[in-house]
Amino acid sequence: MSSVVRQRQSLMFRARSYMAFAVMPRPPIMEWLADLDASLERSKGFFAGYPVALDLSAVSLSPNAIAQLIANLEERHIRVLGIEGLDPKDAAGLPPILRNGRDSHAVEVAPRPGAEFAPADPKLQTSSLLIEHPVRSGQTVVFTEGDVTVLGSVGSGAEIVAGGSIHIYGTLRGRAMAGAVGNARARIFCHRVEAELLAIDSYYKTADDIEDSLRLKPVQAWLEGGTLKLSAMN
Amino acid sequence: MAQVLVVTSGKGGVGKTTSTAALGAALAQEGEKVVVIDFDVGLRNLDLVMGAERRVVFDLINVINGVAKLTQALIRDKRIENLSLLPASQTRDKDALTEEGIAKVIAELRTKFDWIICDSPAGIERGATLAMRHADAAIIVTNPEVSSVRDSDRIIGLLDSKTVKAERGERVAKHLLITRYHPSRAARGEMLSIEDVLEILSTPLLGIIPESEEVLRASNMGSPVTLSSPLSAPGRAYFDASRRLRGNDIPIQIPSETRGIFNRLFGRKAA
Repeated sequence: MSSVVRQRQSLMFRARSYMAFAVMPRPPIMEWLADLDASLERSKGFFAGYPVALDLSAVSLSPNAIAQLIANLEERHIRVLGIEGLDPKDAAGLPPILRNGRDSHAVEVAPRPGAEFAPADPKLQTSSLLIEHPVRSGQTVVFTEGDVTVLGSVGSGAEIVAGGSIHIYGTLRGRAMAGAVGNARARIFCHRVEAELLAIDSYYKTADDIEDSLRLKPVQAWLEGGTLKLSAMN
Repeated sequence: MAQVLVVTSGKGGVGKTTSTAALGAALAQEGEKVVVIDFDVGLRNLDLVMGAERRVVFDLINVINGVAKLTQALIRDKRIENLSLLPASQTRDKDALTEEGIAKVIAELRTKFDWIICDSPAGIERGATLAMRHADAAIIVTNPEVSSVRDSDRIIGLLDSKTVKAERGERVAKHLLITRYHPSRAARGEMLSIEDVLEILSTPLLGIIPESEEVLRASNMGSPVTLSSPLSAPGRAYFDASRRLRGNDIPIQIPSETRGIFNRLFGRKAA
């Protein structure tokens, strides 16, 4: 008799981070739902296909009420991926508790009053961000809602992250990451390329991978069959 | 109206302290009332470069803590009457600087002087951000090499976000001072060219100071180069820069190698 002793494989788990909308209901809940309906009326399908985190830190609801709220959101095609701001012992039967969420939208560039950055109300957002000055080393511009246009250079050690495409009317010496929330159709255009890194939808090229013949030229980058392509413009 | 200037760079060793002393002495020789402040608490140098190290009694931290009055801490230069120094403390560190304390000191200095020049420590931490906090204008000191230029770019970003002016939605005026420029090395392409530096930093140029032993000698003697050798190439370049600061329109010259008669005769063969 022979027996095969099978070595149990060690399982590997990977942590992965995703972009999700955080929805924060405020009391009274019924009025909040009515406001939500009004917003959704103006931009239908705003949440469609996106994971949503439910932030309950502004309300105190019983587990039943929370389940009801989740069902209400489900009716509006808002799918709750997890819950924030709830004691784990109250969360039996509910979606998992999320912790350590970091706010996106954090745009560090020159926080001046009345500056050109994303307005707080998502439904009023235009889908592009215009930056009219150079982006300096150490500064990060994050705009996941759409395109970013820079009228100036992006310094070495600076970073532009856009949900859509990136347009730079100057020299790109830093990093440009387009299609950052999973948009393979996003592109990067720049007037002069000397980039440290170009990325579209997590495919990237470092300075070393950029052909010498393209350096300092006007260039566009796009994705084709899972590779990042670069070509000189005109 | 008093002007508060910060002399800053991010990177160390590029010539902030030398430039603070040289510009301060140049402005004072032209009749302006000038105070230079050392913000490098714990690693003070400006007193040495100004030749005042043996006369320091009280310092910036003493004034902030209320141990001494501002007038007690100010050291008047022996050579130029209208030039004063506010030294840093050597025994403390940057944590001893408080924002309110500095605001008070700067406000008081504004009533006494035409120019308040803050010599920033290297880095982008507390000392450097407090030195730039109240600036009306900044002089960004850069050497023509990549690491210095990138650090300057970083500092320009901070000037646009961490200063009182930036927080009010105004802009800190910025002037670029290129120091340690070496004409022959630039000609051989061993340094970034002036055009490259200006293109990367897109900031108006205040002056170009050539690399010179004169500067080193002046610092070691405890005398700003604009005082000890005002007619030397760096001395003249600093004077031109100070006149531009006062609003005079003086064309900028890119320093070229001045060769003696022997060099001119034999230079080619030797090279």
